[in-house]
Formats: sequence, C-alpha cells, structure tokens
Amino acid sequence: MSDANDPMAEIRASFFIECEELMEAMQDGLTTLDEGDDDPETINVVFRAVHSIKGGAGAFGLEALVRFAHRYETALDDVRSNKFTPDADAMRLFFSCADHLSDLIRVCRDDDAIPDDRSAELLAQLDTLLGGAAEEEEEVSADDFEPMGVSISLDLDGLGDLPPLDFDVDDAAPMDETPCYHIRFKPEQEMFETGNEPQMLLRNLAALGEATIECDLRDLPPLEALAAETSYLSWDITLIADVDEAEIREIFEFVDGLCELSVRRAGSDTDAPAVTAPIETSSDGFADLPEPPATVPDDPDVPVAAAPAPVAAALAPSAPSAAPAPEEKTARKPAPAKAAGAAANGPKSVVRVDLERIERLVNLVGELVINQAMLSQSLEQAGLSPHSDAMNGLEEFQRLTRDIQDSVMMIRAQPVKSLFQRMSRIVRESSAGVGKNVRLVTVGEGTEVDKTVIERLADPLTHMIRNAVDHGLESTEDRRAAGKSAEGIVTLSAAHRSGRVIIEVSDDGAGINRKRVLEIATNKGLVPADASLTDSDIDNLLFAPGFSTASEVSDLSGRGVGMDVVKTAIQSLGGRITITSEAGKGTKFSISLPLTLAVLDGMVVNVADETLVVPLNVVVETLSLGAADVEMLRPGKYIVRVRGEFVPLFDLGVELGYREARDSYVGAIVLLIAYEDGARAALIIDGIQDQRQVVIKGLDDSFFRAPGIAAATILGDGQIALILDPADIIAEASGASRTEALSA
Amino acid sequence: MSDPNQATDLELLTFKVADQEYSLDIMSVREIRGWTRTTPMPHSPDYMRGVINLRGTVLPVMDLARRLSLPCQEISERNVIIVANLGGTLTGLLVDAVSDIVAVSESDLQPPPEMSPEPHMSVVRALTLIDDRMIRVLDLAAVVPATADEAA
Repeated sequence: MSDANDPMAEIRASFFIECEELMEAMQDGLTTLDEGDDDPETINVVFRAVHSIKGGAGAFGLEALVRFAHRYETALDDVRSNKFTPDADAMRLFFSCADHLSDLIRVCRDDDAIPDDRSAELLAQLDTLLGGAAEEEEEVSADDFEPMGVSISLDLDGLGDLPPLDFDVDDAAPMDETPCYHIRFKPEQEMFETGNEPQMLLRNLAALGEATIECDLRDLPPLEALAAETSYLSWDITLIADVDEAEIREIFEFVDGLCELSVRRAGSDTDAPAVTAPIETSSDGFADLPEPPATVPDDPDVPVAAAPAPVAAALAPSAPSAAPAPEEKTARKPAPAKAAGAAANGPKSVVRVDLERIERLVNLVGELVINQAMLSQSLEQAGLSPHSDAMNGLEEFQRLTRDIQDSVMMIRAQPVKSLFQRMSRIVRESSAGVGKNVRLVTVGEGTEVDKTVIERLADPLTHMIRNAVDHGLESTEDRRAAGKSAEGIVTLSAAHRSGRVIIEVSDDGAGINRKRVLEIATNKGLVPADASLTDSDIDNLLFAPGFSTASEVSDLSGRGVGMDVVKTAIQSLGGRITITSEAGKGTKFSISLPLTLAVLDGMVVNVADETLVVPLNVVVETLSLGAADVEMLRPGKYIVRVRGEFVPLFDLGVELGYREARDSYVGAIVLLIAYEDGARAALIIDGIQDQRQVVIKGLDDSFFRAPGIAAATILGDGQIALILDPADIIAEASGASRTEALSA
Repeated sequence: MSDPNQATDLELLTFKVADQEYSLDIMSVREIRGWTRTTPMPHSPDYMRGVINLRGTVLPVMDLARRLSLPCQEISERNVIIVANLGGTLTGLLVDAVSDIVAVSESDLQPPPEMSPEPHMSVVRALTLIDDRMIRVLDLAAVVPATADEAA
C-alpha cells in the first residue's frame, strides 16, 4: 500500500476507502433495523454492503474477509427473504459481525494478523442462529471461493456461484425442472460506441440452452426521425437452460452499465411486477421521445441522454415497494458498490479530494484574509473618502472574503456521524464487557465539525462513553430496584450553539455519588479533609489528576487515564468541558468546542513593543489596577484583589522576556484569565488594541517551540503576532508544574 | 573569477557578515529579501532574531553574525535576509549584504585547517580564494539548529 507506483496498491487503497463507506451505510441500516424498521430496502442496503465488500475482497485475494463476509451475507439473505426474523439477540450478533467485519477490513488493509478465532466464534453463533441451513452452505462456499481469490472481476456476482437453492428462495419451482428465464436486453448508445456487438451476446446466450430471441422494434422511429447513431432496438429472450442467473449475467458482464438488462426466472411471481413495471414505463417514455421531431432535433445525444432519466424516475418510486425482490435484479447496474451507498443516502454526488489540497485551499484563503486586512489598512492610510469607489469596492471584497472563508471551512467540516458510529460500537463492546444492557441514543448526527476536531475528539469521547457505561449506569439489578427500565440509556448528542459545537454525553444512571467522590478525594489528599465544597466543586473533582472513582480498576475505563486526560485533550482543542449531575437521574458531560482550528477569536494586545493575541475564550474580564488592588506576597511576587478574591499577578512583558519588571503596577491594564477549573490569574499587559478573528498559523516546527506560545498569526500590516497560551505562561512562571501535574 | 573553461561544480552566493565574506551553495538559497521587522520569540537563543511573514508562512530569522560569534552590528534597512532551504525547512539568515554569485569547482575548495578553539569554524565547510579574497563556505546544516534542544 505504501508503494505509490504500484497501480494495484492504488486500487486496493480505493477499495478500502469504499469499504469504509459501505460499513457506514451498513451500520446505518443495522441501526434502523434495530429500531424496528421493517422496510425491505433497509436490509437490502445492509446486504448489498456486505456483498460489495465480499466482491472486492475476492478480487484482492483477501480470503479471510471473503469467507466471513460470505457467511454473514448468507445470514442476511435469510433475513432479506423473510426466512428468518431477527430478534434482539440476533441483532446484537449482527452488530458484532459488522464490527468484526470492519476489524477484518482494517486488518487486511494493514496486513496484520487475522483474528481467525473471533471469525470462527461469530460464525458458529451465526450457524446456531440460522440452524442447519448454513452448514451445507459451508462446503460449497469453501470450494467456490478458493478460486475467487485470483479473480480480478469486481462484478463477478459471487452469490450466483452458489447453487440456486439459496438464491432463489422465493422460487417454488421444483429443482428437477429446467429453469426458464425471461431476459430483456436493451443496449444503449455507449455500448455500440465501445465496440460491443449485440449479436455476439445473443449468440452466446443461445449457446447456453434453448433460446427464443425476439427483437423489439417498438421504439424505432419513422425513418425521417431516426438518428443514425442512436440505439432503438431491444431484445426479449426466453431461455430454457439449466443454468443459474449468474451465468446469464456473466455473458453481459462486459456491457455492464452500457445496457438495460433484466433477467427474470419464470415462475418467480414475486418479483415479476417489480421487474416489468419500470421497464415498461421506461420504454414508453423512451418511445415518446423521438416521435415529435419538432422538439427533439436530430441530435443523437438527446434521446440517449434523456433515456436514463425516465428509467431512474420509474425505478425510484418502485424500489421501496418492490417487496422482497432484490433491486439488483431490476436495476441496471452502473456500479454495484456505489449504488449501495447512493441508495442509502439518496442521490447526493460526492467528490473525494485529497486532504492536502483542501489544506492548501484553507491556507490560501487565510492569505486572502490577511491580504485584505493589509489592503484595507493601506487604503485607510491613504486617506480615501469612505464613499469613494475604492472603499465601496473594498467593502464588497471583505464580504466576499468572509463568504469564501466560510465556504472553505465548510469543506473541512464533516458530520459527526462517523464518530458517533464508532461510539455505538464502544457502547456495544463495553456494555457486553460489564454485563449491562445499554442502548446508545444519538442526536444531531448531521452536525458538522472541522475534520481535525473530529479526529482528535475520538479518544476523549471513547473514554467518556466507556465511563458512562462502566461508572455512570447502575447494574441491571440496581436499575430494577430503583424502578428504572433494565436497559440503560447513554445519549450522545451534537449541536451548534452560538458559533461553537456542543457535544454532550449523558447517561440515565444514578448520578455522581458526591459523598464517595469527596471521600476518595480527601483520602488521596486532593482536597483538605475539612474543606467545604459545593456540589459542582465536588463534581469537578472528577477532572482532578489522579482521580478514579471505581473502587476496583475495571477492564474498561480503568486504563490508567482519568477524566483529567479527557479534559486536557478537550482543552488542547480550544474546548471546555463541564459536568452536571443529578442524583438518581444521571450525569451529563458537556463539551463545547470551537467550530474550526483555523481561525480564532482573539484579543489583540500590546506588550512592550510587541503585538500579541490572547484567545478570547480564556479572558474573563479586563481591569485597570488601582493602588489598593495590588499586594505583594513576597518580593517579586504580587497578587491582585478582584472583588475579594486573591488572584496571582504576572507581568506578561517580563514572563516573555520583552522588558524588565516595572516599579509600580498602579494603573496597569490587566487581563483576568480563567482556567477551565475556575482558577484564575491576572496578566499585566501594556494596552488593548482590538478584538478580532485571526487566522492561526501553526508553529508546528520543533524549532519554534517556545513555552507559552500556542501559534502565530499575521496582522493587517503583514507583521507576525504570536498567539499566547496563557495557562502555559503562568505554569511556566509560577514554577508550579501545572502542566506536568496534568499529564502525570 | 575562475577560468570559464573549467568545469564548474557549484555556484556560491557570497555575502558579508560583520565585514567578513561568507558564502552558501546557491542551490540551498531560496530567495533574498529586504529587511523587515522581526517578531521576537520569547525564550529563544540570542542569535534568533524572531519570525517574519514570508508570504503567509512563519519564517524564523537567525542573526548570522551572532550565530558565528562575530561582532554584532546595528541592524538597518540595508540588511538583507537570505532565505535558505535545508531539507524542506526554510530559515532566514540575516546578513549585512549580498555580494555576488561565483562559480567554483570542487577542487578549488580547501578544507579549513584544524584550529579547533575557534568556535564558529565547525560551521565552515571549506575555504576558497576568489580574486585573492578568502571566502568561507558555510555548512548550512551546522548553522541551522536541527533540533529543539539546540534552539532552546
């Protein structure tokens, strides 16, 4: 995969990307099924996803994946054909299988060791679930799938290699009777353009058995309206042959997507109406087109281009009502994998773009914003009238820049859905681990957040979810005793609120046992024994480094990291985390995050001769020091009194080494900085310029690592201003290794 | 100038730092910029002047005179910043003035004599004579601190 020159590696890589999409569609489908949806299309989506993964895996010789996917697919097929109705246990198994499938995909992608044991275990469970039917399947599949490993055809309908027994489940026809197929074949213009010859196909078809071929001339327009390069012919074939559907389809393999093809087995009346209806409609609609030559000019492109539209339109409404008839049989198959995804999400066209290109665009837009600031500064200095054309043009330019910036940020934004899906797996696994019955409810999956934020949120969120399942929810017995439903509910929600993203993890458990929390904190020396703390103070002790409420370290959440690590991770994203809890009702963690890591609301301040930016979210207030406000703690160490509270005072100019300490701080301007835990500090600055959005320029090079400096930005005059990390500066200054304590 | 018929192995950009002549392989020079005010980085070594905005990226600028422990001179509008590229990382080198581009062959270069106590000699890769003037060829990798430890 690492070898960029290997074309196969590229195809392989795109297969794995596709797998991710398929898995997402599949998870969606399973969740919908689990919620009691019995729309046959839902199970079809899941089935098709597994099927496409299997097909692709076969092409790359990923045998373990093929084998597992195949058996899983068989089970799903039973559900699809109403042979088996899954209960809650079965759904749980299906979810586990889906999780395992995604594990297998990952393992195959990374060339890791394949967890065969787990495959075997799940397959055994599937077998038990479905009874003996699957057993005979196994032998066949083993035979059939070994050669598939070297097959390159992605379109090879692997299912069809199986005896008709499991495929045509609806078919009441006895096995010894030679099957009869009705085949309708309508080539499109592209098929002729690519040099395919219908005659060859029909001849091959006839070679399979006894074929009656009729050419359908209904669509043929009068000679004067006939466009020479347009295809008007279609064929109806009745084939009596002892073959299965896949063999018939194989003949048309090379014209896949270039023709309309439907294969229907006579006697399978279930799918008969579904098949014929759309085709009839489409051919009617098609036939109408060339008739009025006045409206349709002799342009060969027009009828052809128009043709797929009625087909799609006719298919769309019929698809959900197509009962157990698999859509594959009726639809043209342009790209099976894509179709599965599209069917789930509606017709939404998507472009895959290299992240690097987007990064580049984001950078360029950052440039644009800076340049525009420079331009407006120089125009102002030129003393132009605010009503001059240049100033009006500038205003328009500013508006456009802002729009472009927003649009570009939107490109980076992704729905949190993928993240939430990962969490639903965490809930399944962790609840199974502690023997609790837990359901994850997700709200606001469509909320979009910057991609980087999503990536960096995965670990803290995993930890919080595990915590909620492990510590938040009571055991099933306790829940019953408390008169709650046995099933615990963990809610994961996302929403946009005033320019930030709010993500909440809540459980309906017993709430925080404050007495116990306080006891532990006192025992561990985190708070003095005689401290009087408010409820929210106690709740916040959970974030204290080295705190863990579980009396025994459990397998799940006791992995040596506590909520303090979660908090640090959230803070590093510029976010805040808060906790609320109500006894007997549950606990809620609320994370507030900036929408993007590319721009920041900052306060532009002066220190010595330098311009610096302080993130606005840490600034609580600004004040001017009076003579009575400052007290000396010991020489060189001052504290300031803010409404009766003592706050340590730091001179930013001194801490950054820009200037010497002043003799007197009377009249100095001070920023009051608040930490997430409520602790405060005051920073002396020399002046406040402005509050504005700044574009963040990373200083990721190790060369730049300077304590207290988070990043840099470029000001309107082209100068670089440093963006401060006040907490870091103060930690550095006070010598108290605040950061070390956090990371310990 | 050296014999034009002679095969040239490398081209050197020569410049002055504290009235001494130095040079760099021109292949490692990305561009030359006029002096702009730098934003000082707190807690950085004294030879780091700070950072400037190079078309939207943050470029660290090093005072070459200080780095080479040469007498420090007043910074004025006449100073220039050579933007050097070392393995993809750009660094600005503040010098007094850029003089010339000369072509030399590898055989014209002499290794500097072993005179260890001179602290800045390790950053000089070779010496060469051009028009009877001695030019020091800098080893960029030695000049630019590679790790954070060195910079901090």
